[in-house]
Amino acid sequence: MDALVIEKLRKVYPNGVEALKGIDLTVAEGDFFALLGPNGAGKTTAIGIITSLVTKTSGRVSVFGRDLDRERDAAKALIGVVPQEVNLNMFERNFNTLVNQAGYYGVPPRIAAERAGKYLKALHLWDRRDDIARNLSGGMKRRLMIARALIHEPKLLILDEPTAGVDIEIRRSMWDLMRDINASGVTIILTTHYLEEAESLCRNIAIIDEGRIIENDTMTNVINKLQREAFVLTLDRQIHEAPRLDGYTVRLRNDYEIEVEVTREQNLNKMFAELTAQNFNVVTMRTKTNRLEELFMRLVEGKHAGART
Amino acid sequence: MSEPQRTLAAELVPTGPREEPSALTINLIGLATIVRKEVRRVLRIWIQTIVPPAITMTLYFIIFGSLIGRRIGEMDGVPYTTFIAPGLIMMSVITNSFGNVVSSFFSGKLQLHLEEMLVAPLSHVTIVIGYVVGGVVRGLLVGALVTVVAMFFTDLYVEHLFVTITTVVLVAATFSIAGLINAIFAKTFDDISIIPTFVLTPLTYLGGVFFSTSLLSPFWQSVAHANPILYMVNAFRYGMLGSSDVSIGTAYLIIVGSLVALFSFAIYLLHKGIGLRH
Repeated sequence: MDALVIEKLRKVYPNGVEALKGIDLTVAEGDFFALLGPNGAGKTTAIGIITSLVTKTSGRVSVFGRDLDRERDAAKALIGVVPQEVNLNMFERNFNTLVNQAGYYGVPPRIAAERAGKYLKALHLWDRRDDIARNLSGGMKRRLMIARALIHEPKLLILDEPTAGVDIEIRRSMWDLMRDINASGVTIILTTHYLEEAESLCRNIAIIDEGRIIENDTMTNVINKLQREAFVLTLDRQIHEAPRLDGYTVRLRNDYEIEVEVTREQNLNKMFAELTAQNFNVVTMRTKTNRLEELFMRLVEGKHAGART
Repeated sequence: MSEPQRTLAAELVPTGPREEPSALTINLIGLATIVRKEVRRVLRIWIQTIVPPAITMTLYFIIFGSLIGRRIGEMDGVPYTTFIAPGLIMMSVITNSFGNVVSSFFSGKLQLHLEEMLVAPLSHVTIVIGYVVGGVVRGLLVGALVTVVAMFFTDLYVEHLFVTITTVVLVAATFSIAGLINAIFAKTFDDISIIPTFVLTPLTYLGGVFFSTSLLSPFWQSVAHANPILYMVNAFRYGMLGSSDVSIGTAYLIIVGSLVALFSFAIYLLHKGIGLRH
C-alpha cells in the first residue's frame, strides 16, 4: 500500500495566490522521499494540507489508504511531522512535551512516559528532560521536535527542513538518525534546502516549483539527467593560464586551481592523462557544486528563463 | 550528539503489533492530557494566576467593604460587605476563567505549539472542553481563595448549595469558552486585552457586584437587565445569601443559553479553522 497518495491537489489562499496548481504525487511505503523546491514553491503548503494545518481548495489526499476527507483522524494518527518552524511550548518541561504529545494520540500515560524516555535517550536529550525547551540550543530543539514526532510511533514521518540552522556535526548525526528511522520501517518525506542531504538520504524525489511538480523520479534517474558536471582541480604548481585539454572546457580559478567541465560522454581518465602529459600533477579534486543542486538550478532556473522569453 | 547513532534502528522499531486506539480512547486520554497540561500551567505560574486576584479582592474588601461599606450600612437586608462578597467572588471567577483560556490558547497560537493538538486525531470538542476545564479550575481556585479572604471581613453562608455550585461552575465554563473565542480571533497581544478591558470589566462592574439594581431608576434598571453578567452575579448571590434582583429561572436560562451558544460557536470556529488554519 502507498504511504501517501495526492491527486489533483490545489490550494488557493484567500489573497488569491495559487500555491498548489493540481499536483499529483505518490510515495511508496518504506520510501525515503525528497520533496524539493525553491522558497514559495508550495512544499510547506502541501505538507500543511497533509497534516491538516492548511485547508485544501480541491483534490484528494490519502495516507495509507485513509482519505483525509472521510477518515481524517485515522489518517492523522499515522502521521508524525517535524515542521519547518520551531513550534515547541517554550515553557514546558521537555519530558512533558513528549508525554503530552503522546496523550493527544491516545497513548496511555504509563506507555507515554516509557516512550518519552526511549526517544529522549535515542536523541541524546535525556540529560535535558527536566529542562524547558527555551533553554535548549537550536539543534536540541530540532531533535526534541523529531522525538515529539516519533512519540506516537507514526508510519509516515514528514520532516520539513529538519536540519535548517543546525551545524554540520549535528546535521550529519541527524542524517544517521533519519536513516535509522527509515530502516525501522517508517516512510519518510523530507524537504530540505541542503540538496546534498536529499541526494545522500533519499531514494525518490519530486521537485516542485510554482505549485507544480516539475520532476518526479528515482534519485538515480534524476541525477543521471545531469549532462555535465564541473570539477575543481588543485594542481601541484603555479599556473597563469588554464591548460588546454582537448574536448574539455577549462577555466582558471586562481594560481593553483582550474575548473573542468566533463560531459556524460567523456571520462576523467582522459583528462588526467592529458594533464599528466603536460607535466601537471593533480593534488586534490572536488565537484564544483552538488550534482543535485546543479540539476535543481537548471530545472528551476531554466523553467523561469523559458517563462521570461 | 557526540555518541554514535548507528545502532538505533532496532530501538526505534515499534515494539509489538501496532495498536490503533479507538476514537473514544484517543479523545478521553487526549482530554485528560490537555486538562493536566492546563492545570499544571495554572499551578506552575501561581504567582501570576492565583495570587494577584486574591490581592486585588483583598483591597476591594478593605476599601469598599470595611471603609466605605461601614458608612453605607445595609443593602438588600445584609451588611454591605456581605452583599458585595458573592459579587466579588463571581467577578474574580469570571475574569480568571476568561483570562486563563485566552492567554493559554493565544500563547499556543503565537508560539505555534497549538499545532501539537491540531495535527493530532483529537476532536474539536475535546480541545474546547480541555481548555475550558483548565479555565474552570483556575476560576474556582481563585474563587475559593477570594471566599477565604472574604471570610476575614464578613460572615459568609450558603443558602442554596446547588444554586451556588452550579452557577459558579457554569459561569466559569461560559467565560472560559468566551476566552477561547477571543484567543481564536486575536492576532496580537492587544487583541486579548481589548475584550477584558472594554467589555468584560464594564459589564462586570455594572453587573450588580457593588449595588442592587433597585437603586437604579426604572430606565437604568431595564438597561441593567440587558447585561447577562447581572443574572450571573445575582444567581450566585441568591445561592449564597438567598436574595436576588432577578428571577433564578431566567438567570439559569441566560447562563445555560450563553454557554451553549458560545460552545457551539467555538466548535464552529475550530471546524472552519478560522484563525487557526490557513
